[in-house]
Amino acid sequence: MDMFSELSTARGQGSRSLRAAFRLVGAERAEAKWGLAFISPWLIGFALFYFVPMVVSLGFSAFDFTLSAPEEARFVGLQNWTRMLFEDPKTWETLFVTFKFAIISLPIGMISAFLLAVLLNSQHLIGKNVLRTLFYAPTMVPLIAAILIWSRVMNPHTGWLNQMIEIVGIPAVGMDGLRWLDDPNLIYLAYTFIGLWGIGNAILINLASLQGVPTELYEAASIDGAGWLRQLWSVTVPMVTPVIFYNLILSVVGLLQYFMVPFVLNLGTGYPEGTTNFYMVYFYKQAFSFQNMGYGATLAWFMFVIGLAITIFLFATGRYWVYYAGESR
Amino acid sequence: MAQKKKNLSDYEIARQRRDLLVRASITLLALILLSVYLMPLIYGVVTSLKTKAQTSDPAAPLFPSVAVSFDYEDDTYDVLQVPTESGIQEWALVKKGRRASQFIDPNNPAAGLIEWEGNWRALATVYEPSIQWDNYPQAWNTIDFARLLFNTLVYAIVTMVGTVTASAFTAYGFARFNFPFKNVLFMMLIGTIVLPPAVTLVPTYAFFVNVLGWGGTWLPLIVPAMFGNAYNVFLLRQYFLTIPREMEEAAEIDGAGKLRTFVSVILPQAVPALTAVSLFHFFFAWNDFFGPLIYLAGNRDANPITVGLTEFNGLYSTETQLILAAAIISMILPLTIFFLAQRVFIQGIVITGVDK
Repeated sequence: MDMFSELSTARGQGSRSLRAAFRLVGAERAEAKWGLAFISPWLIGFALFYFVPMVVSLGFSAFDFTLSAPEEARFVGLQNWTRMLFEDPKTWETLFVTFKFAIISLPIGMISAFLLAVLLNSQHLIGKNVLRTLFYAPTMVPLIAAILIWSRVMNPHTGWLNQMIEIVGIPAVGMDGLRWLDDPNLIYLAYTFIGLWGIGNAILINLASLQGVPTELYEAASIDGAGWLRQLWSVTVPMVTPVIFYNLILSVVGLLQYFMVPFVLNLGTGYPEGTTNFYMVYFYKQAFSFQNMGYGATLAWFMFVIGLAITIFLFATGRYWVYYAGESR
Repeated sequence: MAQKKKNLSDYEIARQRRDLLVRASITLLALILLSVYLMPLIYGVVTSLKTKAQTSDPAAPLFPSVAVSFDYEDDTYDVLQVPTESGIQEWALVKKGRRASQFIDPNNPAAGLIEWEGNWRALATVYEPSIQWDNYPQAWNTIDFARLLFNTLVYAIVTMVGTVTASAFTAYGFARFNFPFKNVLFMMLIGTIVLPPAVTLVPTYAFFVNVLGWGGTWLPLIVPAMFGNAYNVFLLRQYFLTIPREMEEAAEIDGAGKLRTFVSVILPQAVPALTAVSLFHFFFAWNDFFGPLIYLAGNRDANPITVGLTEFNGLYSTETQLILAAAIISMILPLTIFFLAQRVFIQGIVITGVDK
């Protein structure tokens, strides 16, 4: 069971009612004590670094104060929220930027990972293990190094990317060529390329899932006259939907927090033309550059609400398109 | 009969040929995709060995090279490719002029200056291969890489030990014991994976920096890591669930307590999973950026590699060869560890993501 399918099956099995919880006797009580003792490191950490800060964060959002002068904190009720939702154009601008990037980069990343896994799973491939390791290697390159290398390889004049495209016959080099990091129309594609160096885990998980597809299914499909493409679409894709679902949730959560690439490349200036003003960059500026603790906490909570809404939406729609083998749904 | 046999073997041969063709073309496709995928890496290595002048010259060769020069009468001159009636000559440019320039032939300096009509700016430089190994020590010293590496390593190792220990205990608790609200707690644990860290960050930051005065130190990053992490707990729990209970029962009959059983029976069994989790955390710490960025602000001595390289990139953005050398240096350790431990590592990723 992967992490998320576990969640949907955990409900119901063996969960004790509140009353039963306090009626534990003898051996059961000893077991419960040991269990709680073992999980206590996480439980304490959860209380201290998740639960309490989340609640306090919500409390912060009702105040207007900066870190340098906390004694001047002023209770403002819902003003931070109304400001964020109705008066501050940056909220929606940066959210829009984040979603626009997600819509471009998410499908490209997920489809690349799936197709590469199909290729690396092919029975006709020679040198499978070496190729798998090499395709995974860029994921091990620290993101900072990847950003620095990609920003140079995408240089319109001297970068190899444009020179390679030119070899294929498309004019790309020079001022009138493809200016990946300066052109508002290319910037999301450029950032997506950098992200492609991080799809190794998705490839691996797809690959493991492909190996788990029973061969009888392909045999049956081929007897029914299904070609390679038809088999891919009608057998492989449905069988790996749990993995696609898992990758989708993790990617969405990750993209909401997209920060490092725009920050390293242009220090949060939004260059070119504000296209890289991501929501997380805006949050960073408000909370840590301007030290607006109240407004920063509001922005953070809003991010949480949006993330939760998307996750709930995905889980709710998941039952219609995610296929869990061996489970009747 | 013989005819039939021959047909069969013809068929066999055709089938084998087709098989071979399919194998070759699929492997070729994979190799082409791989070289496109790894191209920036090769670019990074090659460019990190060039001179600064070469990195910014679009006409320069792909391979690390330097411009050829020629010493003539106590001065050094660049050698250019000069088109003449007798083909392209490699001559050193001595006297630059707008419409005509004077050159010297390095092979025959005694012949004296040669007048050439045309714009010298249009002429291409002559290069010879030359690898600038020196960029690496220079990059290392310019950013004080030793300090960045030390900071990153200490942070990664300290938090790795802490988080793996805490996660192992927690995972064992979830794997083997029944206690009230176990499922609710487990769902909350998994829930923290999809929780954006930002939502807890502002009060945590205010508390660490203003109340405890930990700004500019690693403590705000190290302390929370000591309480485990949901990914690690999940992976270790999955692994513990596969260990047969008989082992623990035998230990208990021998009089070992729960703690003793866990440490001396379970943990040794779980070495592959513990290794995987340790590596995950190590790589996470190596890449950690947002936390160090906000908490260390103002204390450059404490910078990890990520923040250090970001600053370096901002200050020396034109020194492409040094920036790339630094980028390559920063990936050596993670890549080496990965290649040495890839089996365990890959298994760990698969366990968290796929039905087991």
